[in-house]
Amino acid sequence: MDAAARPDPRPAPETPLPERRTILPLRTGLMFLAPAAVFIFAFIILPFFWVAVVSFTNRSLTGPGALHPHFVGLKNYAQLFAPGTFLQPGQFGSSLLITAQFVFFSALIGQAVLGLFLAWFFYRREGWVKQTVQTLAIGAWIIPDVVVAFAWSAFLDYRQGTLNHILGALHLGRVDWLLGVPLLSIILFNTWRGTAFSMLLFSSALGSIPPSHLETADVNGANAWQKLRDIVLPLIRTHIVTDLILITLWTFNTFTPFLITGGGPAFKTEVVSILTYRIAFRYFNFGSGSAIGMIMMLINLAFALVYLSLLRRQQGAAT
Amino acid sequence: MRLLGLVVSRAAFYAVAAVFACLFALPLVWLVFAPFDARANLFVRLPHPFTLANFGKVFANGFAVRALFANSIIQGVGAMLLVTLLATLMAYALSRAPIRGTDMLSYGLVLFSSIVTGTAAMVPLFLLIYAMGLIDTQLGVILVFTGGLLPAAVFIMRDFVDSIPRSYEESALVAGASPWRMFLDIALPIVRPGMMVVAVWTFVNVWGGFFVPFILLRSPTNMPASVAIYSFYTEGGTPIITLTTAYSLLYTIPVLVLYLFVNWRYGFRFFGGIKS
Repeated sequence: MDAAARPDPRPAPETPLPERRTILPLRTGLMFLAPAAVFIFAFIILPFFWVAVVSFTNRSLTGPGALHPHFVGLKNYAQLFAPGTFLQPGQFGSSLLITAQFVFFSALIGQAVLGLFLAWFFYRREGWVKQTVQTLAIGAWIIPDVVVAFAWSAFLDYRQGTLNHILGALHLGRVDWLLGVPLLSIILFNTWRGTAFSMLLFSSALGSIPPSHLETADVNGANAWQKLRDIVLPLIRTHIVTDLILITLWTFNTFTPFLITGGGPAFKTEVVSILTYRIAFRYFNFGSGSAIGMIMMLINLAFALVYLSLLRRQQGAAT
Repeated sequence: MRLLGLVVSRAAFYAVAAVFACLFALPLVWLVFAPFDARANLFVRLPHPFTLANFGKVFANGFAVRALFANSIIQGVGAMLLVTLLATLMAYALSRAPIRGTDMLSYGLVLFSSIVTGTAAMVPLFLLIYAMGLIDTQLGVILVFTGGLLPAAVFIMRDFVDSIPRSYEESALVAGASPWRMFLDIALPIVRPGMMVVAVWTFVNVWGGFFVPFILLRSPTNMPASVAIYSFYTEGGTPIITLTTAYSLLYTIPVLVLYLFVNWRYGFRFFGGIKS
């Protein structure tokens, strides 16, 4: 309520502490909020429901579905889950399996484990070595998508690429990265690209551990692995959960592999974000593309809810 | 024996660190050398012969120059101004107006915005921009980026606004200032570092953003650098390495400079795990 506009005429001697003064009256506050709220409603809340509506229609960019889209019920979903084609290359089920491997190996194994290792490796160390490695990792993380994708296309090139030259010099033989093992290629790329985030998050988590905890273990002669497993990991549990959920969400939704492989060859790297793009913006089949988009958002929502419930349980355990 | 162990563990530390430094640096080495090489191919080597002519050829390409020095800047600055202004107003209101549950609200919005994101949200966003008649306009790109980045920007700004002691504004109120005056004269100067961080973060995100302009724009004259980078092709359809790498370097430098600036001026900070 607007305290200035409606002063309370009665004296209030029974309140010992002065009431916290309202700095911004409610009405002015809502005015401040309104423009951002309009944007958030139009570009985040509305699309969530709109994608659901479009997924039940045959909406397209051209043809009859553009001018007069019909309600087609669950037809789009039925097509996605059609048992005959579900797992065929370029179909939804196959794309989901590829995405699951991509997320599991590049985010959960690659980024999180490597990030934790780097944070632990440089824990309680300072100096130029740490600065250099961290700066390089951050560089990989902040350089624009199209540039790193271009660099990686060259890096993985079969004949001239840097990686095969190094392997050749070490007598390990060349690998046809982009055509022979394309999924492995984008997994390596995404690990390289995103490790900095986990590294920084875990570094700041390790920084918050009281040194006395580890000094006791040092006195008792624990080795590095025992300290990590028995002392550090339990203490940074919340950070680990935060990290895993965020990198899973980002990796699940990333479109950047498209810039390296285009989803190919033969759909072998077509993660769901690329599949959605192909259906919706190459074939302009908005209805079917929205059905995939809807499922993606529901999967995202499930991750977010799991995350919230884990955080809440941990807060409950902490108090 | 003790000394030997120390030497071995030191050596192991440097060796492991060197391996990781190489792992992160190697994919980019080629990109640093190729722009200065008159005969660059995909093979990594020191530039030979060394030249700056590749940059000259890039500047001779009107389409690419326009993308980098006009369109990318228009879209980046446009979204930057909108996001910074709206996020500051909203964060201030959430912090200072008598509204309940604002912590939950700003956190929930960030989470929700990471659910409605990427290609999954692009069909409704495309239809929305289409309905507004803004397909193939820079304004359409600016609006979509603004909407998508606002929740996280508000979250970052909250950090800064919440750290201002309320007593400043309370004394201004006692002196009879209106809410607007108080916001402009007292709050804004104090949260300026926060606005700088949000502005840089927004600009870098839009500058590097590929998918939104790729979908919403059609005509070459509107393309930002992230899309125009695919414009240096031979008649045979293969990229011209010298020009594309030179362009990539020009396009990357602002991001690195802004990162170093924020790092130097404000220090690296985590805002609830938001990518900066």
